[in-house]
Amino acid sequence: MQASRLKAAVALAAAAALAVGASGCAKSERDDDSGAAKTGGTFVFAGAGNPKNFDPIFNDDGESFRPIRQMYDTLVQNKPGTADLQGALAESWEHDPEGKVWTFHLRKNVKFHDGTPFNAAAVCFNFDRWFNMKGAAAQSQMIYYSDVFGGFAKNEAEGVGEPVYNKCEAKDDGTAVVTMNRYKGAFPGAFALTALSIASPEALKKYDADTVKQNGDSFEYSAFANEHPVGTGPFTFGGWDKAKGEITLNRNPDYWGEKAKVDKLVIKIIEDENTRKQELRAGTVQGIDFPAPADRKALAGEGFQVLDRPAFNILYLGFNQKNPKLKDLRVRQAIAYALNRQALVQTKGPGGTKVADEFMPDTVLGYASDVQKYDYNVDKAKQLLKEAGAENLTLNFYYPTDVSRPYMPNPQEIFTVLANDLQAVGIKVNGVARPWNGGYKDDVQQFGKHDLHILGWTGDYNDPGNFVGTFFGRGKVEFGDQAMTEMFDAITKADATVDEAGKKAAWEQVNRDIAAKWLPAVPVWHAPPAIVVTKDVKGLVASPLTDERFNTVSVG
Amino acid sequence: MLRVIVRRLLQLVVTLIGLSLLVFVWLRNLPGGPIEALLGERATPERRALLVKALGYDQPILVQYAKFMQRLLTGDFGNSIRSGDPVTEVIGRAFPATIELAAAAMIIAIGLGVPLGYLAARHRGRLLDNLSIAGTLLGISIPIFFLGYLLKDVFTQNMHWFPPSGRISTGVDNTNVTGFFVLDGLLTREFDATADALWHLILPALTLATIPLAVIVRITRASVLDVLNEDFVRTAEAKGLRHKTIRGRHILRNALLPVVTTIGLQTGALLSGAVLTERVYNWGGLGTLIYNSISGGRDYPVLQALILLAALVFVVVNLLVDLSYAFIDPRVRVR
Repeated sequence: MQASRLKAAVALAAAAALAVGASGCAKSERDDDSGAAKTGGTFVFAGAGNPKNFDPIFNDDGESFRPIRQMYDTLVQNKPGTADLQGALAESWEHDPEGKVWTFHLRKNVKFHDGTPFNAAAVCFNFDRWFNMKGAAAQSQMIYYSDVFGGFAKNEAEGVGEPVYNKCEAKDDGTAVVTMNRYKGAFPGAFALTALSIASPEALKKYDADTVKQNGDSFEYSAFANEHPVGTGPFTFGGWDKAKGEITLNRNPDYWGEKAKVDKLVIKIIEDENTRKQELRAGTVQGIDFPAPADRKALAGEGFQVLDRPAFNILYLGFNQKNPKLKDLRVRQAIAYALNRQALVQTKGPGGTKVADEFMPDTVLGYASDVQKYDYNVDKAKQLLKEAGAENLTLNFYYPTDVSRPYMPNPQEIFTVLANDLQAVGIKVNGVARPWNGGYKDDVQQFGKHDLHILGWTGDYNDPGNFVGTFFGRGKVEFGDQAMTEMFDAITKADATVDEAGKKAAWEQVNRDIAAKWLPAVPVWHAPPAIVVTKDVKGLVASPLTDERFNTVSVG
Repeated sequence: MLRVIVRRLLQLVVTLIGLSLLVFVWLRNLPGGPIEALLGERATPERRALLVKALGYDQPILVQYAKFMQRLLTGDFGNSIRSGDPVTEVIGRAFPATIELAAAAMIIAIGLGVPLGYLAARHRGRLLDNLSIAGTLLGISIPIFFLGYLLKDVFTQNMHWFPPSGRISTGVDNTNVTGFFVLDGLLTREFDATADALWHLILPALTLATIPLAVIVRITRASVLDVLNEDFVRTAEAKGLRHKTIRGRHILRNALLPVVTTIGLQTGALLSGAVLTERVYNWGGLGTLIYNSISGGRDYPVLQALILLAALVFVVVNLLVDLSYAFIDPRVRVR
């Protein structure tokens, strides 16, 4: 009886294997038309988590932006592989001397996926839609909009101040004029933000995109955001099979730019990192993102293409100046000298990691080549501690667990090395490990329970304000909510400088002063994250902003 | 019998209400929360305050609970904080995946476990018996995570016999009818989808089956050994009944009682095993959902619903076990 059951099982498995084998054969025959840069076929990329939805303005995370980037375009975009700007839906743009009036000359003959024309009216519809968005639920989800434009027509939040956006006018079909209340250094870089992608006004209206319903303690997004996203991008939305965990996008044959080489793009959601690697090895996916530093060599050795993105991020060790000892600049400098960052880069950084001397990459405007550097120097560290009367220092060093960020792939290991360095100069370190979403960010950014912590950032666009301004432009609990007014004012002034040469000089000075006078944190490293694809994938350009567009990708 | 069922159901309601309050308060007192996950790394304190207000987290916890219960009574479990989909939809999607996996694992565990346990008992002290004892020890003690990766390494990375993860291959068209992919393929006559789904099911089901299989083998073996020494077995043999009759009607039927209890208890263990198994095989069921709802920023509405659902399943399974006793053992019925 048992034997026959076993036989049945084996037969079933064999049948299954055969069936799958057969479908595999059928597939390979279909794809087997020779040619140099293959067109057609399917590119399957492994996502690490579910996207939130596909309405660009309500999203702020990479897993949501990956599919969104393929379906939508922005007014300006980053040149592939760099953080420099080039035309996209706007072929060119200019601003008045005050940096308040931005004129966009739009590309002609562009259509949204629903067949409606892209024009200046559509651009203004989008800007006005964001500005006039109502309701706490919707506004609370517009992180990037808030970051760039500050406020709304009617603010639900307290203490937002005057919004940056004023109005948008369609001069003619091909010219949109956006007027701001004041200049910000974020422009024009911010116009390339994926969150500020341009969507079809018709679809936005038809599918009720502005309705973010609140149900109990959560939000419900519109049919536009979930089922009918419509942009102008190289791929159109095919569907999101949540049971299968697959998002399917189809080639847009009417795309204005370089048309997609593959017929289909599938983003397959695989949460477990090991499993993503195994799928890549099995050939069931052709691309994975953010491999662990330790895996890069192995994957390259197996013949996969490990594409390094130029590092556009920063990892720093932050000081909480609520601790009076850390208020003393000499103590902060002592800690900076105590850290052997070169050794950390060599032992724990992914290949291509560089020691950071400033809080932004050297490709960003305003990077100063002559800032004070803190090379590893144990004696100097001890001497400074002695001078400050802080020889018996005990510090709570917070670090996150169960997380891997592009700038911080291995927080626990980083902490261990840095803590050892500090102990070597006589500082007693209490390590406090907290789960990333289970207390770490709260304890550090909300409650300021720490003395030291590690954190970082991947830049959104090429502007010093997006790095230095974000960290140190205002008082933050993370750094002890100190009224370092001199620093805040200098940053505000630099950010408001319109003229390029003046702006550059102002930011260079800010960077010099941060290193020598203020030192609110120690910059640690810039780490290039990688993206991995199989041998037969061609044309993928790794972007420092993780802004990869898959229309140039061919498979086979 | 009916009275028993009614009483048990009333107990169930009280239990669930008490549990819901406990879970509600406990979740909200855990460090971290959905706010951080929703805000990402780029939000200012003003945004944070706005979100807290928008979600109603600034109100007293009992007020929040009252609102939650109010909605619950209208059958509204709320929406997932992460995706915004109704919780019922989120769980409804994940549920069939886990049931499919758990059922397959249970079929393997019972189908192999009972005969193996019986044979081990009949060949007590001989090679087969010793092998099965050693095997069950290994099965109980090997961590699921490790076993999952081991099986995957051998059979997907080296042998390429099975797919590494997921429930169905990319590019296989399947129509979602019930959410049970194996069944859906049969219903819609997409047989290649059924074959592909089965092919994906084998490794995770084997992984998940190891612990219940080991437990069932041991319990069956012990239970059969007990029964073998009973007087009625000797009587039956003395009466010259056929072996088949003795095996079926006398030994197995009496020995199965504790096994059925175990199977009931193992269902709970199966769910916890599913969390790990699903993670390893990217299965997209309740296990994955639990994991993501906790680590991905404390999705309160989903977690609340899942915990209540688990309690419900647990109580109902227990009830079913009790009832099945009655069918197997007439003595229970009399009581």
